[in-house]
Amino acid sequence: MATWNPWHTLETVRRELDHVFDDSGPRAAPAFRTAFLPGRAARQYPLTNLYEDKDAVYLEALAPGVDAATLELSVVGNTLSISGEKRRVAGEVQPEAFHRSERATGKFVRQIHLPMEVDEQHVHADYKDGLLIVTLPKAAKAKPKQIAVQIG
Amino acid sequence: MTEQNVAVPEAQKPPMTERTRHHERYVAPPVDIYETREGLVVLADVPGVAPEALDVRVDHNVLTIRGHARHGVPGEVTYREYDLVNFFRQFELNDKVDQRYITADLKSGVLTVHVPKAQEAKPRQIEVQVA
Repeated sequence: MATWNPWHTLETVRRELDHVFDDSGPRAAPAFRTAFLPGRAARQYPLTNLYEDKDAVYLEALAPGVDAATLELSVVGNTLSISGEKRRVAGEVQPEAFHRSERATGKFVRQIHLPMEVDEQHVHADYKDGLLIVTLPKAAKAKPKQIAVQIG
Repeated sequence: MTEQNVAVPEAQKPPMTERTRHHERYVAPPVDIYETREGLVVLADVPGVAPEALDVRVDHNVLTIRGHARHGVPGEVTYREYDLVNFFRQFELNDKVDQRYITADLKSGVLTVHVPKAQEAKPRQIEVQVA
């Protein structure tokens, strides 16, 4: 015979409520995540994603239309700085000629703290299709070491 | 040029945003539109879209921009601020533009579409006859 346990019921309610929150907010619902460029009021630009494999950390930044000549990257310790400028249009256009102006433009600087030490000498960056991709090889001491297990 | 969402035969696959119905998500790319003497210039930010993954078409007076964005990085994601999704946006063209000569070009994630004005819509200098 099952006995009624009020704690168990509370636990169930708590879990159900958790589910409600799991379905909203940026973490669980990808629909709420920033899918493209934020507007002008964005606090940080460019938006970045970090990826990692065994040898390197990869940074991917959303930066369409950035003047490649103005892009500057530097690594100090485990901090990566990106700066550059995105111009609205290539030539001179009178402000009154604009029918719509939704794209974010201007100069930007952003510093990103990397999760580990990187090999500063071998960092390289690519800019393709509006994505800035920086490959940061891990420093030798940050790489995982395989430890052989001795069987006695 | 007004923004539109029109059912066009080619664009029949609609940009569903409800994730229960469609696993592919679309967003409208931010655009700038400005006017020159020759026509309109549409600039759209479409990061992550390769030239072959971009589809720009004009059909039934509707300019449709559709692109599929792809990540270009190996490895597993450890920190994420954005998702790359697909881009979709439509604009209705009026008869004051010459649809035959619309050109598009994609460079470092920015799509530029040139929409020339029709001959009769271009400004014309009128000579004043002095008697």
